[in-house]
Amino acid sequence: MKTTRVIVGPQELLNACCTVINDHGRFITMVASDECGMGIDRFVVRYIFAHDGKSMLTVVESVVPESDPTYPSVSSMIPAASWAEREAHDLFGIFPIGHPDLRPLVLHEHWPEGVYPLRKDYALTEKQEQDFSRSWSYPKVEGEGVFEVPVGPIHAGVIEPGHFRFQVMGDSVLHLEAKLFYTHRGIEKRSEGMPVEKGLYLAERICGVCSVSHALSYVQAIENISGTEVPERATFLRVLFAEMERLYNHVGDIGNMCAGIGYAYGINHGARLKEQLMQMNDFVIGHRFLRGSIALGGITENITEEKLMFIEVTLQQVQKDLNEIVGQILSHDTVVNRFSNAGVLSEQIARELFTVGPTARASNYDVDVRRDLPYAAYSQLAFDVPTLTQGDVLARFKQRFLEARQSFQIIEQVIKNMPKGDICVPIGDLHPYSFGIGITESPRGENLHFVMTGENNTIYRYRVRSAPYANWPAVPLCVPGNIIPDFPLINKSFELCYACCDR
Amino acid sequence: MIEIEEKLSSRIKQCFGRSLHIRHVDSGSCNGCEFETTALMNPVYDIQRFGIDFVASPRHADMLLVTGGVTRNLEEALRKTYEAVAHPKMLVAIGACACVGGMIGSTYANLGGVDKIFPVSVYVPGCPPRPQAILEGILHAIERSHELESPRKGNGAYATGTSNV
Repeated sequence: MKTTRVIVGPQELLNACCTVINDHGRFITMVASDECGMGIDRFVVRYIFAHDGKSMLTVVESVVPESDPTYPSVSSMIPAASWAEREAHDLFGIFPIGHPDLRPLVLHEHWPEGVYPLRKDYALTEKQEQDFSRSWSYPKVEGEGVFEVPVGPIHAGVIEPGHFRFQVMGDSVLHLEAKLFYTHRGIEKRSEGMPVEKGLYLAERICGVCSVSHALSYVQAIENISGTEVPERATFLRVLFAEMERLYNHVGDIGNMCAGIGYAYGINHGARLKEQLMQMNDFVIGHRFLRGSIALGGITENITEEKLMFIEVTLQQVQKDLNEIVGQILSHDTVVNRFSNAGVLSEQIARELFTVGPTARASNYDVDVRRDLPYAAYSQLAFDVPTLTQGDVLARFKQRFLEARQSFQIIEQVIKNMPKGDICVPIGDLHPYSFGIGITESPRGENLHFVMTGENNTIYRYRVRSAPYANWPAVPLCVPGNIIPDFPLINKSFELCYACCDR
Repeated sequence: MIEIEEKLSSRIKQCFGRSLHIRHVDSGSCNGCEFETTALMNPVYDIQRFGIDFVASPRHADMLLVTGGVTRNLEEALRKTYEAVAHPKMLVAIGACACVGGMIGSTYANLGGVDKIFPVSVYVPGCPPRPQAILEGILHAIERSHELESPRKGNGAYATGTSNV
């Protein structure tokens, strides 16, 4: 993938970013880094844009000096940059001037002010006392009959942690404020100084259920730096693993969305099929979540003809069952009634916040990096990118089913046209202090990994922009007007992982 | 597997009078352990047939199942949950992160293991452990439950088991 770098001074950042947006650039994220180790004074911010269909990225970058660590905020023009700028403020202490909302994001209120853990002079394991004197501030709706319902961070089910404040009038939600980043573990800081080979294991553990996508993004970023050509057979097998991952997630989500309305038929059949797919993963790779399948320069282990046949046979059966189950679910009036018009994400918001994945596509925002910025063997395979227009829970349900059908087709083609040959090549030595970007489409949308190398094949800076990070800001906007009991359903229909958002 | 299932069924009957109620807490996991814990409730493993149920409140729970290595942002919530669980507090650490911190270990934002703040009855390693391993871990915790003393009766000394399953 071709990367164009536009280097400007802090004052020209806003203009430069707007120029790229006007040139049909799609904003992905901003990456901040502390580059004092390279003799730069001291911070660098990089705004990354994609040019879909041209297989090209534009990186607008600027140095932010230590003596005056400020730069003009781009969020006023590109609202999608808001979280990335807040995060850089929390972790590096660089101030976006004119940012509309600089409340703490990643490090909650109990983290001391003026301490920035991602600066190079902060030690990885240095802990800070928790100071509970500062409370969380958030916008409130007030008036007669308005109540507030706090939920989380620990929830009733076996799910991930997040805190929600519903301002309600009766059952209707007037405003929802979400507090996330409870599972912020410091993965990016942990990776610094790690050998790139070891970094791959860390990348697989950013998110338990998008392991292949994260691993692929990571290795593509590294291969981007080394200029490695991955053997053709490995590119096909990478597609196979990525689609196997999409399938078990989409099929699981189809069942899981039924859990949002307590529809036992859908829950149980969805869970049964997902288990069947995960047992297939286990048989093929030796891991139910397909961890350990991707390697730098290729894949780790060859897949035999027998295993490919096993996949084919299993998927035929799963596809047949899935068609029947989804047909049954959608013929149920109660289901359609609850799913329709719940949690509508308008096309305008989907586009303005640069949302990604099935969420965006169910709101008629047609973006899929498998087609737009093709990687692995996707450019050699025929597949459609389905889109829907309604943007409600029902649309996101159908979207997953339509995408699963494409995945069955892709896997069929991959197995039929599987080339012979090597599965892995060495990546060689990496040039220190150069960066690479890898982008892949996970079941939840595109994952971008930015890797900058240090001396001796180590990682200097690693930044992950996962799909949920792009989509989470859209969720609270879809809830007002709905009733509280529909929130679990709406939340499940987005199916955003907290772990890879929080890192 | 069948052997574990039979043992589990009979021990739950003996110790808890038919049912074992579990409260799960994610203290900073990658979602992998959550998926495998949820899988225990699917029609293939169906742990409800042994009388095991996941409950919404820690006050109703006999056992705490913790995933993740305790992030800074979740430490307070985990402490409150632990306080709310009835004695004797059985805590099972699920997955490499909860056991020893896993790949992430100790960072500015992560403690790196549940036993840094609470005594653990059973460690279930794996990244993530398979559903069968989680089930076996639950069984081992029940087997050891007599080692846990209620502070009201005894001196409040908990077993800090190290047995890896």
